[in-house]
Amino acid sequence: MVPLFYYLVLSAILFGCGIAGFLMKRNIITIFMCIELMLNGVNLAFVAFAAHWQQLSGQVFVFFVMVVAAAEAAVGLAIIISVFRTRETLNVDRVNLLKL
Amino acid sequence: MNLWLIPLLPMAGAVVNGLLGRRFSKNVVTAIGLAFPGAAMLWAWKVALQFASLPATAIPHVENHGAWLRAGDFAANYGLYLDQLSLLMALIVTGVGFLIHVYSVGYMAHEGGYYRFFSYMNLFMFFMLTLVLANNYLLMFVGWEGVGLASYLLIGFFFLRDSAAAAGKKAFIVNRIGDFGFLIALFLLIKNFGTLDFAAVFEKASALPQEATTGLLTIIGLLLLVGACGKSAQLPLYVWLPDAMEGPTPVSALIHAATMVTAGVYMIARSHAIFDRAPIALTVVAIIGCATALYAATIGTVQHDIKRVLAYSTISQLGYMVLACGVAAYSAGMFHLMTHAFFKALLFLAAGSVIHALGGEQDMRKMGGLRQHIPGTFWTMTVATFAIAGIFPLSGFFSKDEILYRSWASPFGSWGFWAVGVFSAFLTAFYMFRLWFLTFFGEFRGEPAVHHEPERAGQEHHAQSHRIHESPRVMLIPLVILAVLSFAGGWIGWPQALGGSHHFEHFLAPVFEEHVTSHEVPAALPAESHAPSEIALTLAATGAALLGIALGWLLYYKRRDLPAKLRERFQGAYTTLENKYYVDEIYAWLFVKPIVEGSRNILWRVVDAGAIDGTINETAEAARDVSNVVRRMQSGNIRSYAGWVALGGAAVVAYMVWLGVR
Repeated sequence: MVPLFYYLVLSAILFGCGIAGFLMKRNIITIFMCIELMLNGVNLAFVAFAAHWQQLSGQVFVFFVMVVAAAEAAVGLAIIISVFRTRETLNVDRVNLLKL
Repeated sequence: MNLWLIPLLPMAGAVVNGLLGRRFSKNVVTAIGLAFPGAAMLWAWKVALQFASLPATAIPHVENHGAWLRAGDFAANYGLYLDQLSLLMALIVTGVGFLIHVYSVGYMAHEGGYYRFFSYMNLFMFFMLTLVLANNYLLMFVGWEGVGLASYLLIGFFFLRDSAAAAGKKAFIVNRIGDFGFLIALFLLIKNFGTLDFAAVFEKASALPQEATTGLLTIIGLLLLVGACGKSAQLPLYVWLPDAMEGPTPVSALIHAATMVTAGVYMIARSHAIFDRAPIALTVVAIIGCATALYAATIGTVQHDIKRVLAYSTISQLGYMVLACGVAAYSAGMFHLMTHAFFKALLFLAAGSVIHALGGEQDMRKMGGLRQHIPGTFWTMTVATFAIAGIFPLSGFFSKDEILYRSWASPFGSWGFWAVGVFSAFLTAFYMFRLWFLTFFGEFRGEPAVHHEPERAGQEHHAQSHRIHESPRVMLIPLVILAVLSFAGGWIGWPQALGGSHHFEHFLAPVFEEHVTSHEVPAALPAESHAPSEIALTLAATGAALLGIALGWLLYYKRRDLPAKLRERFQGAYTTLENKYYVDEIYAWLFVKPIVEGSRNILWRVVDAGAIDGTINETAEAARDVSNVVRRMQSGNIRSYAGWVALGGAAVVAYMVWLGVR
């Protein structure tokens, strides 16, 4: 059986990659995918703990996260499309109309 | 008897004209503006007829229309109170008021805001009738304030003129001072008697003994007097009345001569149960009335504006009424109130007719010789002039004579009051005949140019003296009716000394006697027998009046050069009088300037601009400074936001780790 520790390390690596990409990338689609990556890192930690402690609540929580992620993807992609239509770019640094 | 119709009918007229008058044609406005006060007058007469058949036990007749407000033990009702006194006032107000409304149709015909004028006038009638018919002091106070409001609106009727707007404000503010005293008196009544209902207050006041020194009733009486001084333009609060002449002349006649300014006299007479038990307050009332009568009469002798002469004359005559109240001769005061309402309204309306004829000229130095041009005005004004001078057998003779007699013969009177009163009567006759001679006799002194009135074709090229036109019939008829009343109105008070029966005093006697007899007048006061007989005093007063007339005739008819010589001789006294004893200037220096300067330099520049605005500005600036620092976080760069989020998340994690370690 794979020890819990390995799962957590993989989860942390996934989450870290997500944060790094989120902070460094300019393409809004990429940023969006990095958010998914972070969520999945968290999901991995949830199921690992659920298996370790023999408790179902962790797995139930993963379903919630997935639902939220699906909803977020739908809304988020819609926003991205509308941003692209108006600004004709996916570079977040140029989406700055509200800047002082 | 449905008393409520009397005040509410004019109110309906005011509402209809006020809300819809702009869309109505002039004739409709006129019809509404006259119909409602006219209906109120007819209803008042109907009530009077019913009142005559009431048994004595049913008087005062009180009509209650439900509770108005209730606070703890204190309650006030919408109640109307009808006794001889309020009936008399209601008849005067509706009768004279209606005549003046009719007159206004002609006088205001060419003025803008015609519907507004009638709306305000009807509103005034409503409040005045509320004042006189109320059955408690609080409702009376509503009317009291309401007539002040109507007065303010009508004085400032030509509000585009700065002086008119200022005069309106002055009247309102000076009246506030008086109302302040009145209000405190009401608070004292509530505190000590627990009610403001007339019947209850008078009953409780009557149960108290007469106060030898200052006591509760004296204080209440003096505070009520402060209120009366404001409303009835007595010293030292009279200053608003001469300025109130800025209003249209019918307003001066209705509000500032015949009705509203007599509210103070009515109030004192109504509160006689309180004053009867406070001899000190009564003496103060008499002194103020007496001083005002003399003071205003002296100013009246040198004014040039025809309306201002009448304004000072009004103040002086009101002084007589207050004097009468001050010597506990309330019915004499009310008698003079009534006759004064007739002849002073007539004087003002006739003066308005003169002004109308001259196209807006008010300076008597530019009048003269008008007797042939406007005979109707001349004859009616002549009746009024003789009436106010106190010539037998016109109405003013009876009422003024009554007051002068009482001012000596009354238990509260003294020969000093009488002497001042007679001297004022002399001055009254003098300044009235000065006005009369200056206006109607001699040569016309006006300039032959100015004339705003639209004239009949073919007369435009004539000089002003030829364009002078008699007023239309709608103005003359009220003048004639008032002239008849001024002539004969005094006969109902024909004194016993002259072989009459003095119906007037007997009519009002139940109002004033019931309380007086319940306590005896202290023996220390002089008995009536000390005064000379009524006939002798009457002759003296008439002699003084005739002397005044003779002097007026001498100075302003026979020897027209004398006034100028006298003026040079007594330059100082003349200038002082012409400038009204500099009272306006003194008040301006004593009260207005400190308040204005204090408001500007302390309240505005220090408190408002410094403290209040300063606090707010400092708060705003502090918020802006903090924001200037904090807003750098809001760079508009999405990735920097993400960085902040990550940093925040890291901080939360670090905190939790730290918690776990601990």
